Order: sequence, then C-alpha cells, then structure tokens
Amino acid sequence: MKALVAVKRVVDYNVKVRVKADHTGVETANVKMSMNPFDEIAIEEALRLREAGTVEEVIAFSAGVQQCQETIRTALAMGADRGVLVLTDVELQPLAVAKLLKAVIEKESPEIVIIGKQAIDDDCNQTGQMLAALLGWPQATFASKLSISSGSAEVTREVDGGLETIKLKMPAVVTTDLRLNEPRYASLPNIMKAKKKPIDTFTPEDLGVDVTPRLVTLKVEEPAKRQGGVKVGSVEELVTKLKTEARVI
Amino acid sequence: MAVLVIAEHNNSSLKPATLNAVAAATEISKAGAGDIHILVAGAACRPAADAAAKIAGVAKVLIADDAAYGHGLAENVAPLLVSLAPQYSHVLAPATTQGKNLMPRVAALLDVMQISDISGVVSTDTFVRPIYAGNALATVQSKDAIKIITVRGTAFPPVEGEGSTAPVEAVSGPGAAGLSEFVRAELSKSERPELTSARVIVSGGRGMQSGDNFHLLEAVADKLGAAVGASRAAVDAGFVPNDYQVGQTGKIVAPELYIAVGISGAIQHLAGMKDSKVIVAINKDEEAPIFQIADYGLVGDLFKILPELDAELAKRNS
Repeated sequence: MKALVAVKRVVDYNVKVRVKADHTGVETANVKMSMNPFDEIAIEEALRLREAGTVEEVIAFSAGVQQCQETIRTALAMGADRGVLVLTDVELQPLAVAKLLKAVIEKESPEIVIIGKQAIDDDCNQTGQMLAALLGWPQATFASKLSISSGSAEVTREVDGGLETIKLKMPAVVTTDLRLNEPRYASLPNIMKAKKKPIDTFTPEDLGVDVTPRLVTLKVEEPAKRQGGVKVGSVEELVTKLKTEARVI
Repeated sequence: MAVLVIAEHNNSSLKPATLNAVAAATEISKAGAGDIHILVAGAACRPAADAAAKIAGVAKVLIADDAAYGHGLAENVAPLLVSLAPQYSHVLAPATTQGKNLMPRVAALLDVMQISDISGVVSTDTFVRPIYAGNALATVQSKDAIKIITVRGTAFPPVEGEGSTAPVEAVSGPGAAGLSEFVRAELSKSERPELTSARVIVSGGRGMQSGDNFHLLEAVADKLGAAVGASRAAVDAGFVPNDYQVGQTGKIVAPELYIAVGISGAIQHLAGMKDSKVIVAINKDEEAPIFQIADYGLVGDLFKILPELDAELAKRNS
C-alpha cells in the first residue's frame, strides 16, 4: 500500500515570532522556516511502516508558495519516495488544504494518510479530521502508537485523561502526537539523493479546488506582556509572600 | 438562531470544561445570537443530561442516548451534529482532545471553516484566537453560515453549574458509522483535581531527573490541594504520563497559582500556563527563561527546596 504524508512549512519552533507593526500578521521575512515538527513525526512513522514492509511507497505532500518545495525536499531527504506540491499564493486554511489533499488522494489512492496533529503556526488542529470527513474515512487523532494488520489500524491516542485505543477500518487518516516516534535526521548522502527524487506540481485550479479563505484575519496583535516579578531568598519568604501578598494559599 | 454547545461528559457526570464553553456561548448569545442549547451525546448518559439541565443560561438540553455515542467516536457523533447543525447559528465545544477530535470533522461535513480555540468573542461572527503558541492573538471573522467553534476554557470563567432547570428533549442520529470501534482506555487515576480546572498546579520538568522524584512534588501538591503537571521534557523522558503535559500542544491551564519546578521555560511550555494568576518558579539556573515571567522566583536545588517547602506548608497548615 501507499502512504501519503502532508508536511507544512512553518516558522521554526525556536523562533520567537514578532507581530508586524501594521497588525496584519507575524513577521515571516528573513525568519528561519522549517517543517512543522508534528509532520516530521508523520514522515518518520510512514518511513517505519515502509521499513517494516507494511507500506511500499511514501508520498510527501505540501501546499502553498514555491518554497514549500524545500519542505518536501526535507521529507524526501528523510526518506520519502516522491513529492506532490500544490502551488498557490493564496493563504491556505485547513478546509482548503483538506480539499486539496482529497483531490490528490483520489489520484494516488493511498491507504493511509498521516498528518501532524497541528501546525505550530496557526495552531488550528483541523486538517486531518477534515480530510477524514471529506473522504468518509475513519480518523485517529493524537496518535502515540500505530499498528496495521489485515485491513485495519489499531491506534493508541493521547487524550486528556490518559490513553485511548481505537480500531479503524482502512483506509484511514492518522494524526501524530509527540510520543509516536523520534524523527530521524537526514544524512548528507540522503540530502543529495533527495534532489533527484521527483516532485509533481499542481495548482488548485488543476485539481478543481476552490481555496478561497473562509476566515478573514482582521488584525493580529501581541498579547499583554507578563512582567517578571521578584526573586525570593528562602522557602519561608516564598510561603509568606504567597499567603500575605499574593493571597493564593 | 440558537447556539448549540456540545457537552463534555463521561455519561454519568459533566466535565468542568462544559461550563467554560457555555460561558463562551453566553457571550455569543448576548452579542445577538439566540438561546443556548446543550447536546449530551452518549450511552446511558441521562445523569449527564440532568446535570446539564442545571447549568445557568441553558434553555434546552438535547440528549442523544445511543450505544454508538458511548465513547465519543467522531465517525459516529459527527453525523448526528450535522443533522442538528442547520437549526443553529453556532455550534461550540470545549477545546479538549474530545472537542478537537470531533469538531473539524463536523465543520468539513458542513463545508465550513472551524474557528479553533477561541479566547474572545467580539461579535457573532468575529472571534479572537491565539496563534503561534499564544505569542500573537488573531481577530478573525467567519464568512460561513454556521460557526463551528472550539473554546479555550481558561479564557472564559465557568458559568454556574447549579440552579437552573432546563427541559431535556431526546434526539437521535444515524448511530454507528461502522468505520471505527473503541478498544480500551488507560486513564490515569488520581485523587487530585483535574489539571484544567485545578486552583493550584505544581509542575515538574526535566530537572526532576526521574519519575520517582515526582513524589517530592506530589507531597507539596497534596498540602496545597493542587494538581500535578509536567513539561514536555518530563513526559518525553517517561517521568510521568502524557496527560500531565502542560503546553502549546498539551493542556492549557490558568490556575490561581502555578508552581514550576525544574522547568526552564521553553515558549511551548509558557504557552500552556502564562495566563496563570500567580507563577512561582523554582530552578537552579538563575538565567532560566521561566524567571522572566514568574511573579516569585527561587533559585536553588529543587531536591533541597521541595522538602523544605513541604515542611513549611505542613507547619503553617497545622
């Protein structure tokens, strides 16, 4: 079977983002961009399925501006077999990405789609669930363990109360949580090899998908800054301050 | 049109996050939307529906009692919501793992864009939501006819859970979709309060060095009636289970008092706790970023400080 993994280009997780002076968004010019960390976990999981013989081919998908190709190259350098890029300058929201994914999935017929549970830029946590809905497939979000056998997937999910295990009919959509695996680093030879791997490119029009945003961002602001407080010298002083000054204990 | 809130419950009782979601619905209602209805979908969930009927401001409770809804599988519950949604202008759920799992599936089936994790209501179609781990706040306007929303609990103080008597009306949906089944749950058992509704939280990080050392934190937590949390580093290292994690992609908390022990303060952790009323940081590294946002900082060895703190609290409690 084929596995398809969606990867998103985001501001690197180590960057302290700055809100633009005109309040239209956050500064992304001259900022380090990387693959969304949850998507690295998704790629890693697909590669492990291929190494276990469950999956024959891993396809890395991304959508957005031309530079998203670099994110696909990163996935290819980790070991994905080929890429699919949907090129557009329109701001893509999760519903639009899910529709683009659906169109590509109808061409490629993967039996499993693995996606990061959330992107660390918009923090939406929607695309995998939306895609599963549009395809009429089952979904396992926040996966920390995945095993596939004879047409079904058993997935352990990280939920608020602990862990929950569910069984899905294949094909299915799985979204990754932090403890699913530790993604590998791309080796230099693999980075070189990745440059020769094919990437098919489409536009939303090619796929017949309307990607017009449904949410309009009116403004983006910085949250109120929290002021640092004081250092205390002892446990006794701390407890006294919590009792008499902060009055929280 | 009315506003529908999806109750979070375990069939026998309501989870506190429901009250925060009703609080957000109340703001939307006051901004011009209609009555607030609440849906309890589950199996043998009458007790949870009766509890929902008592929530302040709720005009009607819908109960969908079906074995297919017992474990909240999104494949089964989403079609029920899709059948109810056209009667509503807004459908809200708490931004818990349950709400996050279910609501985007509903939104896509309705062909609308979900508004995730709102922290403010500007008008019936405009909402504030944190992005980039809460380092920016976006004000977004929805152009969709039905607004599908998840609610950041810490941003909306809970409404009163007692005192009202709303009617309870049975509804039904298509039932099991046959795509997924529940296998088992391994839920953490604790006598301590739930993280997301606790008044005090004591959290440990990598500095705790092992899971065994968390008993030092637990002793302090028990003196304060506190919940115990952790940073991602502590969870990844296997010190404590995943449901302890506070942060951008874990639980978002805003207790009266948050005590961070051996946590350096990565932005992803701060994203989950920086709205706490009072923050205490205990760390041996005085340059740790956590001190920049802490109201009270104590620099030193946590293995010395925690037993001292435990003893000091015991002394004052007696």
